[in-house]
Amino acid sequence: MTAMVKRYSSFLLVLVMLGGISLFNQELGKGVFDITIMQLKEMLLVIPPIFVLLGLLDVWVPKQTMVKFMGKGSGLKGILLSLLIGSAAAGPLYGAFPVAAVFMKKGVTFPNILIFIGAWSTTKIPMILFEFSALGAPFALTRLLIDIPGIIIIAFLLQKLMGRDEIEAIYEKARAQ
Amino acid sequence: MNLILYSATALLLMLSFLKDKEKTKNALKKAWKAFENILPQFLVVILLVSLLLSVLDRETIVKIIGKESGLTGIVLAAVVGSITLIPGFIAFPTAALLLEGGAGYMQIGVFISTLMMVGVATLPVEIQYFGKRLARYRNTLAFIFSFIVAYVIGKVLEVVL
Repeated sequence: MTAMVKRYSSFLLVLVMLGGISLFNQELGKGVFDITIMQLKEMLLVIPPIFVLLGLLDVWVPKQTMVKFMGKGSGLKGILLSLLIGSAAAGPLYGAFPVAAVFMKKGVTFPNILIFIGAWSTTKIPMILFEFSALGAPFALTRLLIDIPGIIIIAFLLQKLMGRDEIEAIYEKARAQ
Repeated sequence: MNLILYSATALLLMLSFLKDKEKTKNALKKAWKAFENILPQFLVVILLVSLLLSVLDRETIVKIIGKESGLTGIVLAAVVGSITLIPGFIAFPTAALLLEGGAGYMQIGVFISTLMMVGVATLPVEIQYFGKRLARYRNTLAFIFSFIVAYVIGKVLEVVL
């Protein structure tokens, strides 16, 4: 019970803080409440299948297979696959991190993990379709063309910035979950 | 899109169940564990994003970066974009409105790019998996990169349009 309260302490703290704000500014409080409901709906809609898929991935896909496709030595194929899987994703960015953790467990390389996260955040296909209609093809296409190399460069830069030990520690944590 | 996601998941789950009941049960257990593990951070992020979206509604954003032009507008757009990850269905109409309101393509470019790549409000989830240092580096690099994106978009659209 206490462990539970401890885990949710940040959440409870923010909740109390928002309750306090609502007392002084009811309009803001109502706005926050409405948007929270909207976001919870989105979470309940998109998040369950993502987690079920990652559970299935964890159980069924052997590590060797994942390593072959996206692990050490997967080269360009691994990079393209990471981009593709990230772009095909649905849902908010915070859904990408648990998937990335399972990928780490399965031996996907660090740059490929980061490319996957980058693609999930910026080149998601459903979002790009929306962008085409809202901001026009020149805008969306230019952004896409610069974002794809950008994501890859940032991924390798981050690998250089982080030490080998730190990366290993992040993988260790993912394996423990 | 959701329909595709659900159909694919249901199909795979069924195949898995037909092939091996135990493994499927195990997969669902893992799915639940992974979800419950991160749920506290998810809830914090949802509340923070809700607060930010209420404060930074469409009119406020347009007021902050709409009329302004030049460097100040670009920097403000980057800051507003970085605070939160706004879902696409809100971000793009807002951006279209900003364009109508007279904002330049560079402001819109940096706004959209930081919105998607830089997330201060989602840091609790990111740190949980990646640790503080990587989360900090990733967001900083994405922030800097967004200015490059904005510059290129601005220049390209100047030529195209």
